Amino acid sequence: MDMIIMAIVLVTVIGLIGAVILVAASIFMYVPVDERVEKITGVLAGANCGACGCAGCADYAKSIVEDGNAINKCTPGGAQTVAAISEIMGVEASAAASLKAVVACSGTCEKTSKRYEFEGIHSCQAVKGLYGGDGMCKYGCLGYGDCVRACPFDAIHIVDGIAKVDRTKCVGCGACAAVCPNAVISIVPEHKRKPVVLCQNKDKGGDTRKACTAGCIGCMKCAKACPKEAITVENNLARIDQDKCVGCQLCVKECPVGVIHVPAND
Amino acid sequence: MALKLASIFFTMILVDNYVLSKFLGICPFLGVSKKLDSAVGMSLAVTFVMVMATAATWPIYRLLLVPAGMEGTDRDMGYLQTIVFILIIAILVQLLENFLKKFIPALYKALGVYLPLITTNCTILGVTILNLDNGYNFVESIVCAAGAGIGFLVAMVLFSGVRRKVEQAVTPVCFKGLPITLVAAAMTSLSFMGFGGIVEAIFRV
Repeated sequence: MDMIIMAIVLVTVIGLIGAVILVAASIFMYVPVDERVEKITGVLAGANCGACGCAGCADYAKSIVEDGNAINKCTPGGAQTVAAISEIMGVEASAAASLKAVVACSGTCEKTSKRYEFEGIHSCQAVKGLYGGDGMCKYGCLGYGDCVRACPFDAIHIVDGIAKVDRTKCVGCGACAAVCPNAVISIVPEHKRKPVVLCQNKDKGGDTRKACTAGCIGCMKCAKACPKEAITVENNLARIDQDKCVGCQLCVKECPVGVIHVPAND
Repeated sequence: MALKLASIFFTMILVDNYVLSKFLGICPFLGVSKKLDSAVGMSLAVTFVMVMATAATWPIYRLLLVPAGMEGTDRDMGYLQTIVFILIIAILVQLLENFLKKFIPALYKALGVYLPLITTNCTILGVTILNLDNGYNFVESIVCAAGAGIGFLVAMVLFSGVRRKVEQAVTPVCFKGLPITLVAAAMTSLSFMGFGGIVEAIFRV
């Protein structure tokens, strides 16, 4: 009997001493933590899934506050979490330009056509492997929805043969851009006035016209119209430098094929 | 003395490797060996905690649980070692985490998430208990723990290399993932059996 009591006392005493040491240690060795870190950890999904690239939710919260990590990487949390974090992080975060995916292709069913009938696996990756895709244009959206399957927010869909981004749902995570075999999708800072050239075709003007009536033919009209020299034409394809662009939209009016659009207004 | 310590150290690494010969700590061995840098981080954390845990548990066992000359008597409370050691290791790891966070933030950051993970690692408990079973004195126990940690590191680094090869290889569908990993682990372990007797031969002890 004595030995049982002694065993119980021994383990209890060791436990108590340990508890006292730990409490003392947590007081003496307290490291001030930014209270926002704890708040953000609270609003994150708490799944510790690692989709954000950090080692768990607490780590991600820390990297948001300390290293300025993007706030929209919590895939399971979705848009609610992004809103909650931007509230905690204050006005600067919510005022910053939000990133959205832009599909740089205007080749809908009526603008372009198919070179052959594809009857393989329903995937962009698969069709891309067969003579560079089934579309007349080898640069554009293949329309087999790899991006749709990759999107964790149900924010991108195939509409009229090409991918279309639902701008209210898109958080700019880039999952769609990563899987697109033609690299048609890019992540662009959301702006109400700045336009983007929605084409990837680098063929000469004549060839582009044959492939797609909405393709950029590299006519340089937009580059000449631009007052800020924000537009350059390289490889028969116009590009708008978003930093130089002031959003005057002269190029939108000038474009003969109407391929320059403001994604936010579409 | 130095010879004996060296012999213990290398025995722990090559012959009595905790992962590949004693089959302890298989969970981190399979879980964290995917990438080389995380394998090294985990192993360093394990080594660190093994040495600290041995340094803490050895005196407690010899002074509190089984004082000298009390073996086999009523006072022998050696049966409590499992529960007491778990308690002590848990406290120690927590304390260590606080300490590193405050005073050596660089090391804390490097060990990262692996430090709390190894609170419940069976290799740590295994090292502390086997040290006592082998009747090592304090210095020998510390050296043994360090050797066990380095052995863990060797196993993890070797296996992360093996795993990279396996991942690039074309495996039958039924073997994909964990099965082929376990087969590879078995072969790695088998190859370590080849070290049996090598330390005795080198150090002549």
